[in-house]
Amino acid sequence: MSDESKNLKLPLDGWHRKKGARIVPFAGYQMPIQYEGIMAEHLWTREQAGLFDVSHMGQLQLTGEGAAEALEKIVPGDISALKPGKMRYSLLLAEDGGVLDDMIITNTGKNLYIVVNGAVKHDDIAFMRAHLPGDITLDHMESAALLALQGPKAAEALARIGVEPVQDGWPVPGDLFFMEAGPFLWNGVPLGVSRSGYTGEDGFEISVPAEHVNALADALAEQDEVKPIGLGARDSLRMEAGLPLYGHDLDPGVDPVEGNASFAISKARREEGGFHGSERILKALADGPARKLVGFSIDGKMPVREGAPIYDSDDEVGRVTSGGFGPSVGAPIAMGYVESSLTGEGTILEAEVRGRRVPMTVTKMPFIPHRYHRRGKAK
Amino acid sequence: MSRYFTEEHEWIDVDGESATVGITDYAQEQLGDIVFAEVPAAGTELAKGGDAAVVESVKAASDIYAPVSGTVTEGNGALEEDPALVNSDPEGDGWFFRITLSDTGELEALMNENAYKAFVDGL
Repeated sequence: MSDESKNLKLPLDGWHRKKGARIVPFAGYQMPIQYEGIMAEHLWTREQAGLFDVSHMGQLQLTGEGAAEALEKIVPGDISALKPGKMRYSLLLAEDGGVLDDMIITNTGKNLYIVVNGAVKHDDIAFMRAHLPGDITLDHMESAALLALQGPKAAEALARIGVEPVQDGWPVPGDLFFMEAGPFLWNGVPLGVSRSGYTGEDGFEISVPAEHVNALADALAEQDEVKPIGLGARDSLRMEAGLPLYGHDLDPGVDPVEGNASFAISKARREEGGFHGSERILKALADGPARKLVGFSIDGKMPVREGAPIYDSDDEVGRVTSGGFGPSVGAPIAMGYVESSLTGEGTILEAEVRGRRVPMTVTKMPFIPHRYHRRGKAK
Repeated sequence: MSRYFTEEHEWIDVDGESATVGITDYAQEQLGDIVFAEVPAAGTELAKGGDAAVVESVKAASDIYAPVSGTVTEGNGALEEDPALVNSDPEGDGWFFRITLSDTGELEALMNENAYKAFVDGL
Protein backbone atom coordinates (compact mmCIF):
# COMPACT_ATOMS: atom_id res chain seq x y z
CA MET A 1 0.00 0.00 0.00
CA SER A 2 3.10 2.21 0.20
CA ASP A 3 3.01 3.47 -3.38
CA GLU A 4 -0.59 4.58 -3.10
CA SER A 5 0.49 7.90 -4.60
CA LYS A 6 1.18 6.29 -7.98
CA ASN A 7 -2.50 5.55 -8.31
CA LEU A 8 -5.03 7.98 -9.73
CA LYS A 9 -7.69 9.59 -7.59
CA LEU A 10 -11.37 9.07 -8.27
CA PRO A 11 -13.59 12.14 -8.68
CA LEU A 12 -15.15 11.16 -5.32
CA ASP A 13 -11.81 10.69 -3.54
CA GLY A 14 -12.35 13.40 -0.94
CA TRP A 15 -15.94 12.24 -0.38
CA HIS A 16 -14.79 8.69 0.39
CA ARG A 17 -12.16 9.90 2.86
CA LYS A 18 -14.69 12.16 4.56
CA LYS A 19 -17.00 9.15 4.95
CA GLY A 20 -14.21 7.28 6.75
CA ALA A 21 -13.18 4.95 3.94
CA ARG A 22 -10.03 2.91 4.12
CA ILE A 23 -8.29 3.51 0.80
CA VAL A 24 -6.31 0.88 -1.11
CA PRO A 25 -4.78 0.76 -4.60
CA PHE A 26 -6.97 -1.09 -7.10
CA ALA A 27 -6.95 -1.07 -10.90
CA GLY A 28 -4.58 1.91 -10.93
CA TYR A 29 -6.80 4.01 -8.64
CA GLN A 30 -6.94 4.84 -4.95
CA MET A 31 -10.20 3.19 -4.03
CA PRO A 32 -12.33 2.71 -0.91
CA ILE A 33 -12.15 -0.91 0.22
CA GLN A 34 -14.43 -0.40 3.20
CA TYR A 35 -16.11 2.19 5.40
CA GLU A 36 -17.61 0.64 8.55
CA GLY A 37 -16.63 -2.94 7.69
CA ILE A 38 -17.09 -5.42 4.87
CA MET A 39 -19.54 -7.68 6.70
CA ALA A 40 -21.89 -4.87 7.74
CA GLU A 41 -21.70 -3.23 4.31
CA HIS A 42 -22.41 -6.51 2.54
CA LEU A 43 -25.47 -7.27 4.68
CA TRP A 44 -26.70 -3.68 4.40
CA THR A 45 -26.66 -3.94 0.61
CA ARG A 46 -28.68 -7.18 0.69
CA GLU A 47 -31.28 -5.58 2.98
CA GLN A 48 -31.29 -1.86 2.14
CA ALA A 49 -29.28 -0.04 -0.53
CA GLY A 50 -25.54 0.34 -1.03
CA LEU A 51 -23.86 3.15 -2.94
CA PHE A 52 -20.72 2.07 -4.82
CA ASP A 53 -18.28 4.31 -6.65
CA VAL A 54 -17.26 2.39 -9.74
CA SER A 55 -15.79 5.37 -11.58
CA HIS A 56 -12.58 3.41 -12.17
CA MET A 57 -14.45 1.39 -14.77
CA GLY A 58 -14.14 2.43 -18.39
CA GLN A 59 -17.16 4.11 -19.95
CA LEU A 60 -16.97 4.02 -23.73
CA GLN A 61 -19.16 5.13 -26.59
CA LEU A 62 -19.06 3.55 -30.02
CA THR A 63 -20.63 5.76 -32.64
CA GLY A 64 -21.07 5.34 -36.35
CA GLU A 65 -23.15 3.45 -38.84
CA GLY A 66 -22.62 -0.27 -38.53
CA ALA A 67 -21.02 -0.04 -35.07
CA ALA A 68 -23.03 -2.99 -33.77
CA GLU A 69 -22.16 -5.20 -36.73
CA ALA A 70 -18.49 -4.23 -36.46
CA LEU A 71 -18.45 -4.97 -32.73
CA GLU A 72 -19.89 -8.42 -33.41
CA LYS A 73 -16.53 -9.46 -34.89
CA ILE A 74 -14.95 -9.19 -31.43
CA VAL A 75 -17.86 -10.05 -29.09
CA PRO A 76 -20.13 -13.13 -29.28
CA GLY A 77 -23.42 -11.32 -28.53
CA ASP A 78 -26.19 -10.40 -30.96
CA ILE A 79 -25.51 -6.67 -30.66
CA SER A 80 -27.23 -5.67 -33.90
CA ALA A 81 -30.49 -7.11 -32.47
CA LEU A 82 -30.17 -5.07 -29.27
CA LYS A 83 -33.08 -2.61 -29.19
CA PRO A 84 -32.68 0.98 -28.02
CA GLY A 85 -32.80 1.12 -24.23
CA LYS A 86 -31.66 -2.48 -23.84
CA MET A 87 -28.36 -3.76 -22.55
CA ARG A 88 -26.47 -7.03 -22.60
CA TYR A 89 -23.56 -8.71 -20.85
CA SER A 90 -20.85 -9.61 -23.32
CA LEU A 91 -17.19 -10.53 -23.67
CA LEU A 92 -14.33 -8.97 -25.58
CA LEU A 93 -12.60 -11.80 -27.43
CA ALA A 94 -8.98 -12.14 -28.57
CA GLU A 95 -8.34 -13.62 -32.01
CA ASP A 96 -8.08 -17.08 -30.45
CA GLY A 97 -11.36 -16.72 -28.52
CA GLY A 98 -9.71 -16.02 -25.17
CA VAL A 99 -11.56 -13.56 -22.95
CA LEU A 100 -9.91 -10.11 -22.88
CA ASP A 101 -12.62 -8.57 -20.71
CA ASP A 102 -16.27 -8.77 -19.81
CA MET A 103 -18.51 -5.79 -20.43
CA ILE A 104 -22.03 -4.45 -20.54
CA ILE A 105 -23.17 -3.07 -23.88
CA THR A 106 -26.16 -0.70 -24.05
CA ASN A 107 -27.90 0.50 -27.17
CA THR A 108 -28.69 4.11 -26.24
CA GLY A 109 -30.45 4.71 -29.55
CA LYS A 110 -27.68 7.12 -30.55
CA ASN A 111 -24.67 4.88 -30.04
CA LEU A 112 -23.41 1.89 -28.10
CA TYR A 113 -22.45 2.69 -24.52
CA ILE A 114 -20.04 0.13 -23.12
CA VAL A 115 -18.80 -0.31 -19.56
CA VAL A 116 -15.55 -2.26 -19.21
CA ASN A 117 -13.33 -3.20 -16.28
CA GLY A 118 -11.02 -0.52 -14.89
CA ALA A 119 -7.89 -2.66 -14.72
CA VAL A 120 -7.89 -3.44 -18.45
CA LYS A 121 -9.77 -0.48 -19.93
CA HIS A 122 -6.76 0.98 -21.76
CA ASP A 123 -5.95 -2.41 -23.30
CA ASP A 124 -9.60 -2.82 -24.30
CA ILE A 125 -9.65 0.57 -25.98
CA ALA A 126 -6.45 -0.13 -27.91
CA PHE A 127 -7.77 -3.54 -28.96
CA MET A 128 -11.13 -2.18 -30.04
CA ARG A 129 -9.54 0.66 -32.01
CA ALA A 130 -7.29 -1.87 -33.77
CA HIS A 131 -10.18 -4.17 -34.65
CA LEU A 132 -12.96 -1.73 -35.52
CA PRO A 133 -13.22 0.10 -38.85
CA GLY A 134 -11.88 3.65 -38.91
CA ASP A 135 -15.30 5.23 -39.43
CA ILE A 136 -16.53 3.92 -36.06
CA THR A 137 -15.65 6.44 -33.35
CA LEU A 138 -14.62 5.16 -29.94
CA ASP A 139 -14.98 7.80 -27.24
CA HIS A 140 -13.55 7.14 -23.77
CA MET A 141 -15.82 9.16 -21.45
CA GLU A 142 -13.05 10.18 -19.05
CA SER A 143 -15.01 13.06 -17.60
CA ALA A 144 -17.89 10.82 -16.50
CA ALA A 145 -18.15 9.17 -13.10
CA LEU A 146 -20.11 5.98 -12.46
CA LEU A 147 -22.11 5.14 -9.34
CA ALA A 148 -23.96 1.94 -8.56
CA LEU A 149 -26.93 1.94 -6.20
CA GLN A 150 -27.71 -1.66 -5.28
CA GLY A 151 -30.16 -3.40 -3.02
CA PRO A 152 -33.88 -3.98 -2.46
CA LYS A 153 -34.41 -0.34 -1.38
CA ALA A 154 -32.41 1.17 -4.27
CA ALA A 155 -35.47 2.04 -6.36
CA GLU A 156 -37.20 3.76 -3.43
CA ALA A 157 -34.13 5.82 -2.61
CA LEU A 158 -33.47 6.82 -6.21
CA ALA A 159 -37.10 7.85 -6.72
CA ARG A 160 -36.88 10.21 -3.73
CA ILE A 161 -34.03 12.38 -5.05
CA GLY A 162 -36.12 13.48 -8.01
CA VAL A 163 -34.67 12.02 -11.18
CA GLU A 164 -36.78 13.20 -14.10
CA PRO A 165 -37.35 12.04 -17.65
CA VAL A 166 -35.66 14.08 -20.37
CA GLN A 167 -39.07 14.61 -21.97
CA ASP A 168 -42.49 14.85 -20.38
CA GLY A 169 -44.27 11.55 -20.37
CA TRP A 170 -41.09 9.49 -20.73
CA PRO A 171 -40.37 6.87 -18.07
CA VAL A 172 -38.58 7.53 -14.78
CA PRO A 173 -35.76 5.20 -13.59
CA GLY A 174 -38.22 3.18 -11.50
CA ASP A 175 -40.05 2.22 -14.72
CA LEU A 176 -36.96 0.44 -16.03
CA PHE A 177 -36.67 -3.32 -15.77
CA PHE A 178 -33.47 -5.30 -15.33
CA MET A 179 -31.01 -4.66 -18.17
CA GLU A 180 -32.81 -1.58 -19.47
CA ALA A 181 -31.38 1.92 -19.59
CA GLY A 182 -32.26 5.46 -20.47
CA PRO A 183 -31.31 9.15 -20.28
CA PHE A 184 -32.60 11.20 -17.34
CA LEU A 185 -32.13 14.57 -15.65
CA TRP A 186 -31.32 15.32 -12.03
CA ASN A 187 -31.42 19.05 -11.17
CA GLY A 188 -30.75 19.65 -14.85
CA VAL A 189 -27.72 17.31 -14.84
CA PRO A 190 -27.86 14.63 -17.53
CA LEU A 191 -27.66 11.09 -16.14
CA GLY A 192 -27.42 7.76 -17.94
CA VAL A 193 -29.26 5.33 -15.70
CA SER A 194 -29.54 1.60 -16.15
CA ARG A 195 -31.26 -1.03 -14.05
CA SER A 196 -28.27 -3.28 -13.62
CA GLY A 197 -25.38 -4.02 -11.33
CA TYR A 198 -23.05 -6.68 -10.04
CA THR A 199 -24.40 -7.70 -6.65
CA GLY A 200 -27.31 -9.98 -7.58
CA GLU A 201 -29.73 -7.41 -6.14
CA ASP A 202 -32.09 -5.02 -7.85
CA GLY A 203 -30.37 -1.73 -8.47
CA PHE A 204 -29.08 0.92 -10.81
CA GLU A 205 -25.88 2.15 -12.37
CA ILE A 206 -25.71 5.88 -12.88
CA SER A 207 -23.33 7.62 -15.25
CA VAL A 208 -22.92 11.26 -14.25
CA PRO A 209 -20.57 14.08 -15.30
CA ALA A 210 -17.65 14.00 -12.82
CA GLU A 211 -18.22 17.60 -11.71
CA HIS A 212 -21.68 16.63 -10.41
CA VAL A 213 -20.86 13.30 -8.80
CA ASN A 214 -20.19 14.76 -5.35
CA ALA A 215 -23.63 16.35 -5.21
CA LEU A 216 -25.31 13.21 -6.53
CA ALA A 217 -23.46 10.97 -4.04
CA ASP A 218 -24.49 13.34 -1.23
CA ALA A 219 -28.13 13.34 -2.33
CA LEU A 220 -28.20 9.54 -2.46
CA ALA A 221 -26.27 9.00 0.79
CA GLU A 222 -28.69 11.34 2.59
CA GLN A 223 -31.46 8.79 2.07
CA ASP A 224 -32.01 6.60 5.14
CA GLU A 225 -31.72 3.40 3.09
CA VAL A 226 -28.38 4.28 1.57
CA LYS A 227 -24.85 3.75 2.89
CA PRO A 228 -21.57 3.94 0.98
CA ILE A 229 -20.13 0.49 0.30
CA GLY A 230 -16.52 -0.37 -0.50
CA LEU A 231 -14.78 -2.75 -2.86
CA GLY A 232 -14.51 -5.45 -0.21
CA ALA A 233 -18.27 -5.95 -0.01
CA ARG A 234 -18.58 -5.49 -3.77
CA ASP A 235 -16.37 -8.55 -4.13
CA SER A 236 -18.24 -10.70 -1.58
CA LEU A 237 -21.61 -9.65 -3.06
CA ARG A 238 -20.65 -10.51 -6.62
CA MET A 239 -19.15 -13.81 -5.49
CA GLU A 240 -22.39 -14.82 -3.74
CA ALA A 241 -24.25 -13.78 -6.90
CA GLY A 242 -22.04 -16.20 -8.87
CA LEU A 243 -20.70 -13.40 -11.06
CA PRO A 244 -17.15 -13.74 -12.38
CA LEU A 245 -14.49 -11.12 -11.70
CA TYR A 246 -12.32 -10.40 -14.69
CA GLY A 247 -8.62 -11.06 -14.10
CA HIS A 248 -9.55 -13.72 -11.55
CA ASP A 249 -12.34 -15.97 -12.84
CA LEU A 250 -11.94 -14.94 -16.47
CA ASP A 251 -8.73 -14.18 -18.33
CA PRO A 252 -7.21 -14.48 -21.82
CA GLY A 253 -6.40 -18.15 -21.16
CA VAL A 254 -10.06 -19.19 -21.04
CA ASP A 255 -12.85 -19.06 -23.61
CA PRO A 256 -16.47 -18.11 -22.83
CA VAL A 257 -17.68 -21.72 -22.68
CA GLU A 258 -15.01 -22.68 -20.14
CA GLY A 259 -15.78 -19.47 -18.27
CA ASN A 260 -19.42 -20.50 -17.71
CA ALA A 261 -20.50 -17.59 -19.91
CA SER A 262 -22.11 -19.54 -22.76
CA PHE A 263 -25.26 -17.49 -22.15
CA ALA A 264 -23.38 -14.52 -23.63
CA ILE A 265 -23.09 -16.32 -26.97
CA SER A 266 -26.36 -15.38 -28.66
CA LYS A 267 -28.38 -17.93 -30.60
CA ALA A 268 -27.94 -16.12 -33.92
CA ARG A 269 -24.20 -15.93 -33.39
CA ARG A 270 -24.04 -19.66 -32.65
CA GLU A 271 -25.55 -20.30 -36.06
CA GLU A 272 -23.55 -17.81 -38.08
CA GLY A 273 -20.23 -17.67 -36.17
CA GLY A 274 -17.90 -15.03 -37.58
CA PHE A 275 -16.49 -13.70 -34.32
CA HIS A 276 -13.02 -14.03 -32.82
CA GLY A 277 -12.36 -17.64 -31.90
CA SER A 278 -15.81 -18.73 -33.11
CA GLU A 279 -14.49 -22.02 -34.45
CA ARG A 280 -12.98 -22.99 -31.10
CA ILE A 281 -15.89 -21.58 -29.12
CA LEU A 282 -18.65 -23.21 -31.17
CA LYS A 283 -16.77 -26.52 -31.00
CA ALA A 284 -16.57 -26.19 -27.20
CA LEU A 285 -20.32 -25.47 -27.17
CA ALA A 286 -21.06 -28.58 -29.21
CA ASP A 287 -18.60 -31.00 -27.60
CA GLY A 288 -18.36 -29.50 -24.15
CA PRO A 289 -15.28 -27.70 -22.85
CA ALA A 290 -12.28 -29.54 -21.38
CA ARG A 291 -12.73 -27.65 -18.10
CA LYS A 292 -15.26 -25.27 -16.68
CA LEU A 293 -15.77 -22.58 -14.06
CA VAL A 294 -18.00 -23.86 -11.24
CA GLY A 295 -19.06 -22.78 -7.77
CA PHE A 296 -18.13 -24.58 -4.57
CA SER A 297 -19.66 -24.66 -1.15
CA ILE A 298 -17.08 -25.32 1.53
CA ASP A 299 -17.38 -27.56 4.58
CA GLY A 300 -16.36 -25.87 7.80
CA LYS A 301 -15.36 -22.28 8.37
CA MET A 302 -11.94 -22.00 6.80
CA PRO A 303 -12.04 -19.86 3.65
CA VAL A 304 -10.54 -21.29 0.47
CA ARG A 305 -9.03 -18.50 -1.57
CA GLU A 306 -7.80 -17.70 -5.06
CA GLY A 307 -4.87 -19.87 -6.16
CA ALA A 308 -5.68 -22.93 -4.04
CA PRO A 309 -5.14 -26.13 -6.06
CA ILE A 310 -8.13 -28.47 -6.36
CA TYR A 311 -7.75 -32.24 -5.99
CA ASP A 312 -9.81 -35.30 -6.83
CA SER A 313 -8.09 -37.69 -4.40
CA ASP A 314 -4.43 -37.58 -5.58
CA ASP A 315 -4.99 -35.85 -8.91
CA GLU A 316 -4.75 -32.11 -9.23
CA VAL A 317 -7.82 -31.25 -11.32
CA GLY A 318 -8.08 -27.48 -11.16
CA ARG A 319 -7.61 -24.27 -9.26
CA VAL A 320 -9.69 -21.85 -7.22
CA THR A 321 -10.04 -18.45 -8.93
CA SER A 322 -12.17 -16.61 -6.34
CA GLY A 323 -12.95 -17.53 -2.79
CA GLY A 324 -13.75 -16.11 0.58
CA PHE A 325 -16.41 -15.86 3.21
CA GLY A 326 -19.95 -15.25 1.99
CA PRO A 327 -21.59 -13.05 4.64
CA SER A 328 -25.16 -13.81 3.47
CA VAL A 329 -24.40 -17.49 2.90
CA GLY A 330 -22.81 -17.57 6.35
CA ALA A 331 -20.01 -19.83 5.18
CA PRO A 332 -17.02 -19.83 2.85
CA ILE A 333 -17.73 -20.04 -0.90
CA ALA A 334 -15.45 -20.33 -3.91
CA MET A 335 -15.30 -20.52 -7.69
CA GLY A 336 -12.74 -22.35 -9.74
CA TYR A 337 -11.93 -24.30 -12.86
CA VAL A 338 -12.06 -28.08 -12.88
CA GLU A 339 -12.04 -30.79 -15.53
CA SER A 340 -15.46 -31.15 -17.15
CA SER A 341 -16.06 -34.69 -15.84
CA LEU A 342 -16.02 -33.22 -12.31
CA THR A 343 -18.41 -30.30 -12.80
CA GLY A 344 -21.61 -32.15 -11.85
CA GLU A 345 -23.53 -30.63 -8.97
CA GLY A 346 -22.72 -32.46 -5.75
CA THR A 347 -19.27 -33.63 -6.87
CA ILE A 348 -17.01 -33.61 -3.82
CA LEU A 349 -13.44 -32.42 -4.34
CA GLU A 350 -10.75 -31.00 -2.09
CA ALA A 351 -8.81 -27.75 -2.07
CA GLU A 352 -5.39 -27.53 -0.51
CA VAL A 353 -4.97 -24.71 1.99
CA ARG A 354 -1.74 -24.34 3.98
CA GLY A 355 -0.87 -27.96 3.25
CA ARG A 356 -4.24 -29.33 4.35
CA ARG A 357 -7.14 -30.69 2.36
CA VAL A 358 -10.48 -28.92 2.66
CA PRO A 359 -13.55 -30.74 1.28
CA MET A 360 -15.74 -28.73 -1.06
CA THR A 361 -18.81 -29.55 -3.11
CA VAL A 362 -19.63 -28.39 -6.63
CA THR A 363 -22.68 -26.16 -6.17
CA LYS A 364 -25.07 -24.45 -8.54
CA MET A 365 -24.50 -20.70 -8.71
CA PRO A 366 -25.66 -18.16 -7.66
CA PHE A 367 -25.08 -18.96 -4.00
CA ILE A 368 -27.74 -16.38 -3.10
CA PRO A 369 -30.75 -16.12 -5.47
CA HIS A 370 -30.73 -13.12 -7.79
CA ARG A 371 -33.43 -10.57 -7.00
CA TYR A 372 -33.38 -8.58 -10.21
CA HIS A 373 -36.40 -6.51 -11.21
CA ARG A 374 -37.08 -8.51 -14.33
CA ARG A 375 -39.71 -7.62 -16.90
CA GLY A 376 -42.72 -9.89 -16.46
CA LYS A 377 -41.82 -10.58 -12.84
CA ALA A 378 -42.84 -7.21 -11.43
CA LYS A 379 -43.70 -7.25 -7.74
CA MET B 1 2.00 -9.63 35.27
CA SER B 2 3.42 -7.48 32.47
CA ARG B 3 2.17 -6.90 28.99
CA TYR B 4 4.52 -6.60 26.03
CA PHE B 5 3.90 -5.78 22.38
CA THR B 6 5.52 -6.56 19.03
CA GLU B 7 5.81 -4.53 15.85
CA GLU B 8 3.59 -7.20 14.26
CA HIS B 9 0.82 -6.04 16.60
CA GLU B 10 0.73 -8.98 18.97
CA TRP B 11 0.40 -8.57 22.69
CA ILE B 12 1.86 -10.96 25.23
CA ASP B 13 0.91 -11.11 28.90
CA VAL B 14 3.73 -12.63 30.91
CA ASP B 15 3.44 -14.19 34.36
CA GLY B 16 6.76 -15.79 35.27
CA GLU B 17 7.44 -18.32 32.51
CA SER B 18 3.83 -18.53 31.31
CA ALA B 19 2.36 -16.14 28.78
CA THR B 20 -0.83 -15.48 26.82
CA VAL B 21 -0.65 -14.16 23.25
CA GLY B 22 -3.18 -12.30 21.11
CA ILE B 23 -3.41 -9.49 18.58
CA THR B 24 -3.94 -5.86 19.47
CA ASP B 25 -7.02 -3.75 18.97
CA TYR B 26 -5.13 -1.88 16.24
CA ALA B 27 -4.48 -5.20 14.45
CA GLN B 28 -8.10 -6.38 14.57
CA GLU B 29 -9.25 -2.99 13.34
CA GLN B 30 -6.87 -3.23 10.39
CA LEU B 31 -7.91 -6.80 9.58
CA GLY B 32 -11.65 -6.13 9.70
CA ASP B 33 -14.29 -8.79 10.26
CA ILE B 34 -12.61 -12.01 11.36
CA VAL B 35 -14.35 -15.10 9.98
CA PHE B 36 -11.85 -17.81 10.87
CA ALA B 37 -8.99 -18.35 13.30
CA GLU B 38 -6.63 -21.28 13.56
CA VAL B 39 -4.72 -21.62 16.82
CA PRO B 40 -1.81 -23.96 17.64
CA ALA B 41 -2.46 -27.17 19.58
CA ALA B 42 -1.02 -27.78 23.04
CA GLY B 43 2.49 -29.16 22.76
CA THR B 44 3.39 -27.21 19.60
CA GLU B 45 6.95 -25.88 19.78
CA LEU B 46 7.14 -22.30 18.55
CA ALA B 47 10.26 -20.37 17.56
CA LYS B 48 10.31 -16.60 17.99
CA GLY B 49 9.15 -15.01 14.74
CA GLY B 50 7.81 -18.29 13.30
CA ASP B 51 4.22 -18.94 12.17
CA ALA B 52 2.03 -19.58 15.17
CA ALA B 53 -1.58 -19.04 14.14
CA VAL B 54 -3.70 -17.87 11.22
CA VAL B 55 -6.48 -15.34 11.21
CA GLU B 56 -8.76 -14.77 8.23
CA SER B 57 -10.91 -11.76 7.54
CA VAL B 58 -13.60 -11.62 4.84
CA LYS B 59 -10.88 -10.38 2.52
CA ALA B 60 -7.63 -12.18 3.33
CA ALA B 61 -5.63 -14.62 5.45
CA SER B 62 -2.91 -13.30 7.78
CA ASP B 63 -0.26 -15.13 9.78
CA ILE B 64 0.20 -14.55 13.47
CA TYR B 65 3.86 -14.92 14.46
CA ALA B 66 5.21 -16.21 17.74
CA PRO B 67 6.46 -13.16 19.67
CA VAL B 68 8.71 -15.43 21.76
CA SER B 69 9.92 -19.02 21.67
CA GLY B 70 8.29 -21.71 23.76
CA THR B 71 5.83 -24.55 24.02
CA VAL B 72 2.10 -24.01 23.55
CA THR B 73 0.09 -25.07 26.59
CA GLU B 74 -3.35 -24.17 25.19
CA GLY B 75 -4.97 -22.77 22.08
CA ASN B 76 -8.13 -20.68 22.51
CA GLY B 77 -10.83 -23.14 21.47
CA ALA B 78 -13.50 -20.44 21.72
CA LEU B 79 -12.16 -18.84 18.53
CA GLU B 80 -13.13 -21.89 16.52
CA GLU B 81 -16.81 -21.36 17.31
CA ASP B 82 -16.72 -17.58 17.48
CA PRO B 83 -13.81 -16.07 15.52
CA ALA B 84 -15.44 -12.63 15.86
CA LEU B 85 -14.21 -12.58 19.48
CA VAL B 86 -10.95 -11.33 17.97
CA ASN B 87 -12.86 -8.23 16.84
CA SER B 88 -15.02 -7.73 19.88
CA ASP B 89 -12.43 -8.43 22.60
CA PRO B 90 -8.98 -8.67 20.99
CA GLU B 91 -7.02 -8.03 24.17
CA GLY B 92 -9.24 -10.23 26.37
CA ASP B 93 -11.43 -13.21 25.38
CA GLY B 94 -10.04 -13.07 21.85
CA TRP B 95 -6.59 -14.36 22.92
CA PHE B 96 -4.93 -16.92 20.61
CA PHE B 97 -2.73 -19.22 22.68
CA ARG B 98 -0.88 -19.75 25.95
CA ILE B 99 2.77 -20.64 25.97
CA THR B 100 5.59 -21.62 28.35
CA LEU B 101 8.54 -19.41 27.53
CA SER B 102 11.84 -21.11 26.74
CA ASP B 103 13.88 -17.91 27.01
CA THR B 104 12.48 -15.04 29.07
CA GLY B 105 15.43 -12.96 27.81
CA GLU B 106 13.57 -12.62 24.48
CA LEU B 107 11.10 -10.33 26.20
CA GLU B 108 13.71 -7.58 26.45
CA ALA B 109 13.43 -6.85 22.74
CA LEU B 110 9.66 -6.26 22.95
CA MET B 111 7.81 -2.97 23.54
CA ASN B 112 5.91 -1.95 26.63
CA GLU B 113 2.47 -0.36 26.34
CA ASN B 114 3.74 3.22 25.99
CA ALA B 115 6.33 2.29 23.40
CA TYR B 116 3.70 0.37 21.42
CA LYS B 117 1.30 3.29 21.58
CA ALA B 118 3.99 5.57 20.20
CA PHE B 119 4.78 2.98 17.52
CA VAL B 120 1.14 2.82 16.40
CA ASP B 121 0.80 6.61 16.44
CA GLY B 122 3.75 6.77 14.07
CA LEU B 123 2.12 4.48 11.50
